[in-house]
Amino acid sequence: MTSQSPRAGRFGEFGGRYVSEILMPNLLELERAFADIVPSAAFAAELEPLLRHYVGRPSPLYLAERLTAHAGGARIWLKREDLNHTGAHKINNCVGQVLLARHMGKTRIIAETGAGQHGVATATVAARFGMPCVVFMGSEDIARQRLNVFRMRLLGAEVRAVESGSKTLKDAMNEAMRDWVRHVDDTFYVIGSASGPHPYPTMVRDFQAVIGREARAQFAEQAGGKTLPDALVACVGGGSNAIGLFHPFLDAPSVRMIGVEAAGDGVGTGRHAATLVAGSVGVLHGTKTYLLQDGDGQITETHSVSAGLDYPGVGPEHAFLKDTGRVEYVAVTDDEALAGFELLCRQEGIIPALESSHAIAHAVVVARELGPDADVVVNLSGRGDKDTHTVAARMGLEIG
Amino acid sequence: MSDRLTSTFSALRDAGRTAFIPYVTAGDPDLETTGAILDALAEAGADVIELGMPFSDPMADGPVIEAAMVRALANGTTLDGVLSMLAGFRARHPSVPVVLFGYMNPLLRRGVEAACQALADAGGDALLVVDLPPEEAAELTRPAKARGLDFIGLFTPTSDDARVSRIAEEASGFAYYVSMGGVTGDALKDLDPVAARVTEVRALTGLPVCVGFGVRTPDDAVRIARFADGVVVGTALVDLIAKAAPGEAAAAAGRFVRGFREALDAL
Repeated sequence: MTSQSPRAGRFGEFGGRYVSEILMPNLLELERAFADIVPSAAFAAELEPLLRHYVGRPSPLYLAERLTAHAGGARIWLKREDLNHTGAHKINNCVGQVLLARHMGKTRIIAETGAGQHGVATATVAARFGMPCVVFMGSEDIARQRLNVFRMRLLGAEVRAVESGSKTLKDAMNEAMRDWVRHVDDTFYVIGSASGPHPYPTMVRDFQAVIGREARAQFAEQAGGKTLPDALVACVGGGSNAIGLFHPFLDAPSVRMIGVEAAGDGVGTGRHAATLVAGSVGVLHGTKTYLLQDGDGQITETHSVSAGLDYPGVGPEHAFLKDTGRVEYVAVTDDEALAGFELLCRQEGIIPALESSHAIAHAVVVARELGPDADVVVNLSGRGDKDTHTVAARMGLEIG
Repeated sequence: MSDRLTSTFSALRDAGRTAFIPYVTAGDPDLETTGAILDALAEAGADVIELGMPFSDPMADGPVIEAAMVRALANGTTLDGVLSMLAGFRARHPSVPVVLFGYMNPLLRRGVEAACQALADAGGDALLVVDLPPEEAAELTRPAKARGLDFIGLFTPTSDDARVSRIAEEASGFAYYVSMGGVTGDALKDLDPVAARVTEVRALTGLPVCVGFGVRTPDDAVRIARFADGVVVGTALVDLIAKAAPGEAAAAAGRFVRGFREALDAL
């Protein structure tokens, strides 16, 4: 099964290019460059050594034995994207896009960031290639994620505070788009989630699909004769780590896939970021997808303890996979995610990102459902060092 | 094509005049004031009015218009409210064309068919949707044209001849030429390349060409009027309305338009 429909950049009715005309020639140029350059042997010859020696790939597929025993059901495997350089899956995509920018002759890098992980990854790769980098970040997020702001500055990036709207990720994305409009000639916009106008959702997915390709090969090698897991679980904000894990398994109908969104205080409270579970179809940031919006089509504010999931849209391919029923989408509350966070710390000695903790919390549920002979692969998309202040505050503690 | 837009532009052409097109955001500071502002614009000599439908995430707008949209939404402005205010204006001013400016999502949420019907019923003449390039426009232009609404095409310095022709396939009414690579409210740059391109866009599309983005003063407008069929002023007027004393916004907007009108008519 493939989720590409014949119309360029569409996944069923979702996707497309809903942008100002001023950006269209750039998006068309990017689409051509992506199609011509990325599949070339020359590009692969640059990308593969970087992924291996700079990012640290392949990331391990780790059988979490004590978590498995605790859950008392299926074996739980963790795809260790937290062990990548910069501590999350985001860098897979940044390395690919910055390499592409160089091939296209672009000299300036911009990015948006919410939790700061994508900003740090972009700043990292920009530093590696000696390119100037501006990261747009909502002032609310800057206050919540001071450590990552400092990391970006250490890496030589300029972090530009965005004061408009809700001062979070969606506003940072608006501002990055505005900057791009003003600097179309020399600037490459590195989008971090599998969202935005075509070709970004496809491009981000293809650069992240290394996660699923590796996981599939590693599972077949390590699982004692089984070739495919029974289920995959990943958290979904914009959805880049989830589509990266899921996509290489879409042709295997026996593999269940579950995307886990942020239910915040609970989907019923209205304070959540569960776009696929509770949203409706619309257009935001250049793509047609599910959104959290009011009856008049205004985008509503979202809430999640995890800044990386705190976004009112979602990648258009997930919207398509929801409507076709190929992937199930559920939502996990802040409290459940924090319990998942603590569980992984105590059972496995791994501090997960709060984003990934949503997937951990739900993987335990899935493992119990499937029972002891089954296997579940969870994308551990990032490490949780960046979240220790947030978690301490939730526990009523003060650190550092 | 809208009868009001056609007859407005043909009358301007016959008289050798340049269209003056002010933009205001509906619902800023509130819809009642917007209604009074529209009256003042029409009475001061606006040829066409561009009326912004607020959206929470106006990516193509600069900080001044974004702030106006945020204020409008914060005070409860809805699409229905905007349209009922517009219907009131239409009853008072039967001949001044109104272009509804905005973003795709609120129209999609209403349903494009229903949205176009409601806009036409309220007396709107055209739609200008900034996040709808020609590749995606058909889903809106078909229902719009079926109800006599024009779809105003945005032409930019990055649109080459092939794209200009492609945009023109979906567009009618007039061509909106964006003076620069930027967002609303950015500073106006060198006008020579704009003049050259406006002439080419007019030839390629067969439409009157109006220029917007960065026009702040009557002097800017006069310089543009030497080569364009119309001038659009948005941010400077929205800023004026935002800073006007309570109850003074309509009178201030009227004076603002008269300043432009007199400068353009002196040409």
